[in-house]
Amino acid sequence: MVTRRALLELLLAGPAASLLDGSRLASAVDATPLKFTELYGQVGPLGLRFSDKAQGLRGHPVSMRGFLAPPLKPDARLFVLSARPVALCPFCQSDADWPHDIVVVFPRAAGEVRLTPSAEPLEVTGTLELGSRTDDATGFVSQVRLVDARGRAV
Amino acid sequence: MRRPLAALVALLAAVVPTVVTATTIYPIDRAQILAGSRFDFKVELDGVVNPAAVTVTVNGDAPEKLLGQTPQFVDREKGVDASALILRDARLTTPGRYVISASDGKTTKTVTWTVYGTGPRRAKNVILFIGDGMSVAHRTAARILSKGITEGKYHGLLAMDAMPHMALIGTSGVDSVITDSANSMSAYTTGHKSSVNALGVYADRTPDTLDDPRVETITSLAKRKVGMAVGVVTNTEVEDATPAGMVAHTRRRSDYDQIVEMFYDSQVEVLMGGGSANFLPKSVPGSRRKDDQDYVAKFRGTGYRIATTDKEMQDAAADTTTTRLLGLFHTGNMDGVLDRKFLHKGTVEQFPEQPDLVDQVRAAISVLSRNPQGFVLMVESGLIDKYSHPLDWERAVMDTIMLDRAVAVAKDFAMQRDDTLVLVTADHSHGLSIVGTVDDQAPGEAMRDRIGVYEKAQYPNYPAADIDGYPATLDVSRRLAIFFADFPDYYETFRPKLDGPFVPAVAGSDPKVQVANPRYQSQPGVMRREGNIPRDSNVGVHTGEDVILTAVGPGAERVAGFLDNTDVFRIMVEALGLGD
Repeated sequence: MVTRRALLELLLAGPAASLLDGSRLASAVDATPLKFTELYGQVGPLGLRFSDKAQGLRGHPVSMRGFLAPPLKPDARLFVLSARPVALCPFCQSDADWPHDIVVVFPRAAGEVRLTPSAEPLEVTGTLELGSRTDDATGFVSQVRLVDARGRAV
Repeated sequence: MRRPLAALVALLAAVVPTVVTATTIYPIDRAQILAGSRFDFKVELDGVVNPAAVTVTVNGDAPEKLLGQTPQFVDREKGVDASALILRDARLTTPGRYVISASDGKTTKTVTWTVYGTGPRRAKNVILFIGDGMSVAHRTAARILSKGITEGKYHGLLAMDAMPHMALIGTSGVDSVITDSANSMSAYTTGHKSSVNALGVYADRTPDTLDDPRVETITSLAKRKVGMAVGVVTNTEVEDATPAGMVAHTRRRSDYDQIVEMFYDSQVEVLMGGGSANFLPKSVPGSRRKDDQDYVAKFRGTGYRIATTDKEMQDAAADTTTTRLLGLFHTGNMDGVLDRKFLHKGTVEQFPEQPDLVDQVRAAISVLSRNPQGFVLMVESGLIDKYSHPLDWERAVMDTIMLDRAVAVAKDFAMQRDDTLVLVTADHSHGLSIVGTVDDQAPGEAMRDRIGVYEKAQYPNYPAADIDGYPATLDVSRRLAIFFADFPDYYETFRPKLDGPFVPAVAGSDPKVQVANPRYQSQPGVMRREGNIPRDSNVGVHTGEDVILTAVGPGAERVAGFLDNTDVFRIMVEALGLGD
């Protein structure tokens, strides 16, 4: 059973010691909580519109809770955070299958990245970026990003 | 590639049985090809070969004599250190048997094709229904839930049952006994077998997904040869394999951006479903495109009415000037009927105005029947598969009932006219079976002790179906016990998933190992089941059993016994007289 895995590796940061870094903890405390349902003010087949709240938090630290999907490629430096665990589609290997409201996470530490089970929701804190951006390494196009991010289990 | 040794080669081919060689010929051995249909002819040679050593013959002659053109010799294929011969858009117009031989001077590969004609046109319209992944148990459970059964006798039949012709369909593809929705749909839409993940092509050895040898779709044939209208209606993303199979040519079904372009190039008259994300330029939030193309604007610019809600769709269909309709109702897959109509789970809150598949079919028939040359309509109830993968059989069965209601609409249309062939089938199976019932009142602590088998199963106590054919609730005290033959690690809850579609397994600390989703762990009476498929699978998989085809209308009499999935194409093009 994987669920009660002991606490919850620090997921996006590097060495565990960095947890004790006071300044990082402070930034996590300052972060404004943002829910997936608060990202978009208007949703429709012809596109989504960012909510006033999300627009107001652009460039500021926010924290979001969701489920972290496995990396797109073994060495990818970006991760996908989604409102629900992504398991419905049979061919999820491709970015064609992601739901529209995903958030792409660029971790703070450049070193090895460890994953906790995505069965457990995570809280990811990072600077909110909005607007289309194509990742050079993977070609992955994202609309919402948390950069310089770190995470913790909740 | 001329034929200095043609006679000898033909002799060798006749005398020496074909041995395993690395030379590959597309179309494959035993291909059946509609006379006059376009196909790419490709010979993959083993290694880099001197073109002077290469001999290719068609019925003993140079290929250009029958295929009309000379194949191009490619010294080194891109990404492959080997030579090949390629001839795009070949055709054979005379029915008969064709023997194709290819030699590199050392080994010879021989394949045989059968080219068939069709005779005169007998049907004005064809409507093909695909219940994606719809297996026998889905149909039986849909009949039980929708029509009711007592003392062994049903109180009614499904619309797809009450059809005069039925056959078993074999679903395997070129590469595997187990098929996916891409190559199985390709078989229906092109008459050629393909491989897992491939659409409208034979999967070749080069890494480029868009250069594989193509075969012509029924969409292209119907439009090119007779000027028919074509409709593609689904409740999945329109780029998903089954709808894409109507127009696409790619080795990789996830080439969604390119598939949207292929839909645009095809100019199918009606295209409806989810998947708008790949129509929107990447600058628009919600887009999944990798470029700045705005395909909604492009479709609009070529005369399509655009609908994004049920009402817009109905209004567009009711307007007699609408002859082209693009309906995009969701950025991703639409929601199934259980969530839309009853539970309001899934993404219904975000997309509250999605139409029902039944109304999509009504709208599509209205628009398409404005074309005096007739129409080909493909309708997919695609979430039967999407829900069967995560073992959520209740949602899959409710969408089977929805498919059946849509079939009833098509049958009503066909009954009024006797010029429309209606076919209902699946593209592959899932491994589910009806085992008995689960009785909450039965003694026993563990839920498995409350499974009634044989006479103890009795009958489930679902309420009688509503006017639309759905039971008002699935959460009854004695319900069907349906289990899947293949599964990842998961918690069996023995209950319908009322809080949203089932997610049986999720990635563990090692993403290659999927673990039982702990969210269901604490439900009363759950049982953890150790998976029986590879650990990186988070859902169940397709299975290899035959699927059922039922049919009515002109040409349906050919539906009998066992058929290959490629025969379904042949039945449709024969009814429409699309051969030369």
